[in-house]
Amino acid sequence: MELVLAITIGVLYAAAAYLLLRRSVVKLILGIAVLSQAVNLLIFTSAGLSRGMAAFVPLDGTVLPAQSADPLPQALILTAIVISFGVLAFTLVLVQRADKTVGSDDLDDLKSTDA
Amino acid sequence: MDPVTLCILIPFVSALACLACWQTPALQRGMSVAGMVALLGNALWLLSEVWHRGILVVKVGNWEAPFGISLVADMLSSIMVLVTAITGLAVVVYSLAEIDAGRERYGYYGFLQFMLMGVCGAFLTGDIFNMFVWFEVMLISSFVLMALGGELRQMEGAVKYVVLNLISSSLFLAACGILYGKIGTLNLADLALRVGDMLDPALLTVTAALFLVAFGLKAGLFPLFFWLPASYHTPPVAVSAIFAGLLTKVGVYAMIRIFTLVFTKDVEFIHTLLLALAGLTMLTGVLGAVVQFDFRRLLSFHIISQIGYMILGLALFTPLAIAGTVFYIFHHIIVKSNLFLISGVAHRYSGTFDLKKLGGLLKASPFLAILFFIPAMSLGGIPPLSGFFAKFAIVKAGLAGDTIFEGAAAWLVGIALAVGLLTLFSMTKIWAEAFWKQPDPAALPNPESVPLREKILLLGPIVALALVTISIGLMPEFFFAFAMRAAEELLNPNLYIEAVLGVTRR
Repeated sequence: MELVLAITIGVLYAAAAYLLLRRSVVKLILGIAVLSQAVNLLIFTSAGLSRGMAAFVPLDGTVLPAQSADPLPQALILTAIVISFGVLAFTLVLVQRADKTVGSDDLDDLKSTDA
Repeated sequence: MDPVTLCILIPFVSALACLACWQTPALQRGMSVAGMVALLGNALWLLSEVWHRGILVVKVGNWEAPFGISLVADMLSSIMVLVTAITGLAVVVYSLAEIDAGRERYGYYGFLQFMLMGVCGAFLTGDIFNMFVWFEVMLISSFVLMALGGELRQMEGAVKYVVLNLISSSLFLAACGILYGKIGTLNLADLALRVGDMLDPALLTVTAALFLVAFGLKAGLFPLFFWLPASYHTPPVAVSAIFAGLLTKVGVYAMIRIFTLVFTKDVEFIHTLLLALAGLTMLTGVLGAVVQFDFRRLLSFHIISQIGYMILGLALFTPLAIAGTVFYIFHHIIVKSNLFLISGVAHRYSGTFDLKKLGGLLKASPFLAILFFIPAMSLGGIPPLSGFFAKFAIVKAGLAGDTIFEGAAAWLVGIALAVGLLTLFSMTKIWAEAFWKQPDPAALPNPESVPLREKILLLGPIVALALVTISIGLMPEFFFAFAMRAAEELLNPNLYIEAVLGVTRR
């Protein structure tokens, strides 16, 4: 399973890099979205995959059983998803405004600040 | 209430208060100033507490250290919070006269406070994932401040700023994930304690390199700085001033923290890399600045070259060098914010940022000329101003011979001195172009066009920051003692670990 996920993450990173390097702002946004998904999967995989072991303390115990899943990576990913959702929403609005102001969706046209 | 939590709570409360009176900008202005005065007082309290009692730790929600999030205020954090409060107050007062009604109505003051909360949080947190969250708080507010107003140049600058910062954030997050996956903790002190358990040294170096790229992007390190001069000169002057002063230094702070606390095993590789990057950053930044003719763009390139000095101090990795870096950051934030504020006043008087059109400011306003002269000479490293002592400490550390680099360090010192000379050259260029030469007829400076009340609000913060620069220059020993203490704490991570966890690394 690790191998499959590792390949998926690699493909997602490659796709994100490709999209980010395109000139269209729409592809730029898609690239950011794909990149944040790739990172989430990376956290999920690198923290170790475990199957069917809930992170619950049993009713008659006081500590977690030795064999249990680590809930923290999911918490990290959840936080990251919320943040990336908010940021992506902002970026969409920004790009829409930029497109209106500049009158072009080609990143190569955004060069008046570089002169 | 302890001063550590208050550093985050004060900007948070004043941000909420600003949101609560969304309809009345007058109240927002008052509350922003009050919030910043309170933050400044609190930062001084924090500094004196840390000076007398050592590292302060607050366990948020009373969760024990490696499990919950802890806030840790050591000397470096306290100094950074203090300088945040000083520039924050200066910029808020300046904003009163500079920010137009439209931006005020869309929540300028609230976002500024939220950004400062993020900055303070990033300086104080003792948890790597929490640092990521504070970075995001800071970034999203800075995105809004950058884009607020919606002018053409702002939009173009904002797209570049937002996208490159998002890429840096995702690298930071990936590095956090890998670190957690291999070590199983996110608390910085616990990471420092258990980083030795990570058996594969290659993986450790890769993770360190990921952090280097992520923070390097935020700090504007060579070759990752291109977003900075493309965007920092586009928003209103008050916004550029606080961005220029503070935001890149958050990246530098994060680098200092992580490369003195967590990744201390493979010092040679990381610090050699840092040394090379520092030299290239200094050179490219200053060479970029020399050819610029836009006031704020020229200053933006200087931020990059100055970041190089700070990273050079970190790379040398001796107590004196690290103390030099801390001193440099403090001096730089004050001076650089001040220069941006002055560029704004020049713009108010003459109506342009273009150095080719500007001119005659010395005759029109000798007072402004003196105010420019102080931070400009300080940036160039002329004694007895603050920049001289900052550069002196780093140069002395480089030549001391107790670094791990020996000969290479001396080369870097040579570069640093040459870059200092070029910095002075660009400052004299601004002086000659904007203050001495005859102005373009379209940009005749007219100080009388600005009402007295606004003039006080614009020049007051500049005078205050210039006084800070002069007092650092006149009492360098007093200020250097704080930097030296910070360096000693940073080079002895056991102090940090013991304060948080109560145990020490073997």
